[in-house]
Amino acid sequence: MFMRGLKRKCFDGEEDIEGTLAGIKAIPSYNLQRQSLLDMSLVKLQLCHMLVEPNLCRSVLIANTVRQIQEEMTQDGTWQMINTQSTGQAPLDRLVSTDILCRSSRDQAEGKHVPGYGTFNKDFESDQAQDSSETLSAASSVQAPRNLQSNVWEMENPQENKGNFQKSLDQIFETLENKSPNSVEDLFSEVDNSYYDLDTMLTGMMSNTKMGHCDSIETFSSPTNTASNSNCKSDLNELDHIVEILVES
Amino acid sequence: ADIISTVEFNHTGELLATGDKGGRVVIFQREQESKNQPHRRGEYNVYSTFQSHEPEFDYLKSLEIEEKINKIRWLPQQNAAYFLLSTNDKTVKLWKVSERDKRPEGYNLKDEDGRLRDPSMITMLRVPVLRPMDLMVEATPRRVFANAHTYHINSISVNSDYETYMSADDLRINLWNFEITNQSFNIVDIKPANMEELTEVITAAEFHPHHCNTFVYSSSKGTIRLCDMRTAALCDRHAKFFEEPEDPSNRSFFSEIISSISDVKFSHSGRYIMTRDYLTVKVWDLNMENRPIETYQVHDYLRSKLCSLYENDCIFDKFECVWNGPDSVIMTGSYNNFFRMFDRNTKRDVTLEASRENSKPRAILKPRKVCVGGKRRKDEISVDSLDFSKKILHTAWHPSENIIAVAATNNLYIFQDKVN
Repeated sequence: MFMRGLKRKCFDGEEDIEGTLAGIKAIPSYNLQRQSLLDMSLVKLQLCHMLVEPNLCRSVLIANTVRQIQEEMTQDGTWQMINTQSTGQAPLDRLVSTDILCRSSRDQAEGKHVPGYGTFNKDFESDQAQDSSETLSAASSVQAPRNLQSNVWEMENPQENKGNFQKSLDQIFETLENKSPNSVEDLFSEVDNSYYDLDTMLTGMMSNTKMGHCDSIETFSSPTNTASNSNCKSDLNELDHIVEILVES
Repeated sequence: ADIISTVEFNHTGELLATGDKGGRVVIFQREQESKNQPHRRGEYNVYSTFQSHEPEFDYLKSLEIEEKINKIRWLPQQNAAYFLLSTNDKTVKLWKVSERDKRPEGYNLKDEDGRLRDPSMITMLRVPVLRPMDLMVEATPRRVFANAHTYHINSISVNSDYETYMSADDLRINLWNFEITNQSFNIVDIKPANMEELTEVITAAEFHPHHCNTFVYSSSKGTIRLCDMRTAALCDRHAKFFEEPEDPSNRSFFSEIISSISDVKFSHSGRYIMTRDYLTVKVWDLNMENRPIETYQVHDYLRSKLCSLYENDCIFDKFECVWNGPDSVIMTGSYNNFFRMFDRNTKRDVTLEASRENSKPRAILKPRKVCVGGKRRKDEISVDSLDFSKKILHTAWHPSENIIAVAATNNLYIFQDKVN
């Protein structure tokens, strides 16, 4: 009954992870478990879209779990760990912008039509609409009143980084509303295909080679204060490379 | 035989209805106790079988609508016929189940086979008479209440006025009059303007057994709201709000999921409500909103397995719970074909198993025990050998006697008190 015989501990609850590298390294299993729970939840959410009329209660509960994990990850370990070299308070704005930059450039690399860096930053700060998606068109993209871009987490925590999976969640709820086949395709278009294979997910997690959604963001978020585009670009190339491998496998 | 999806006794306990995943309803009737066989108390035999719902296709959304019967509720008997409501995800139907044991014979215009007689051949008139025939039980759909629910119906509840009933889906509750099928009143609507803000759904709803203006509904966040229909047409503002403060020591990523209430039932007295979440059954006093008065652990040994149960989706199983007639004992199901009973007065509880292999017919059920620790005694079952595919989600208790019906996947078990 239990999957794959993996030994798993139940999460004990929110631990207060100090922002020190040593502290983080001492509790890698908690982060790993949390990450695997997040991955599992995302798979569940996406899989349930392939079924006929997904169970709304189940979807909502899983989405809330994802939200909870994401909130915890942005509050403690994930960001502070990366940002050890920053002075004073971590400039989350810049971290977030960096990520947005990297993501938008990644989207550009994939041939999607997105606004340039400059406008994107400004738009993010003013509009809290950050998700670059293939549906964005040039000028009016950020102002486009699509449900896809408004996000309850943004309203509550504008400083937090959002992550690709949020967009997935938005799309999931939107498709629950619209149920158009096209949006289902959109939902899957940016998803790492290995998510469909739970084995891959679990073995990938174990061997730590898997690029989860959050992992990719962690890679992007530069540890230096000067969030240079070049840093991002090299990471991006690495991500592309890895995604290529995963997709082809 | 299909997987049983709902079980319900009628108000006298004479009839027991089951609905299954294939849209069928099977009604059992208790046979009259005969003086010839006093040691055999009335047993339940099949009384009627009919196809209540068929699979449908929603062309607008390109989705199938399952024919699975989610709930059956009986109406109180007002004449010789029996009436019940059965519902699938989208449509509620009122069925009339009636007996026919006489047949008219001697028509003038047609002969016994039903063929029309040649009027020129008729020389005299006669009065048709009713002659006995083999008992036939007919089920006819009397009303179809359709197109009122965008989301999946999880509950129906007959009001104590016997004129109205409610149907609840994930986000809305509608009030119907039995006579009117093309209209229903929306009395609760928790759908947010922006669906992405959705964090809570309705999981169950029920009318108060005596007060026709009062009903409760439970949510996926572990809360219960009691509403009074006299205050407003749309009961979005609750009259009472029942929620237990969270235990911080037990907090985990699964806390919300296991707090989601899968069933809510008023006691027969109307004084208490019982709720079932994943690991516990709770009894609430309607007069106290801040915490339940009783909490019973159904299978707390699963608390350390929540991650695995989340993985295989068992954590989303919706167990039901029932009161006995006097509201002194409550019952609910578990895994491995186990079901549990809790005596509210003596605080004793028992775990029983509904399985053909492990008990002979008419044998007294042996209490089961799940062992949590290392040392497993004989007859105990260890947590890791529990079969999570054998889940008892639906049970029913006779309204006045100690007879229970337990649905174990596609088998129905009926247990009675031991007769001395």
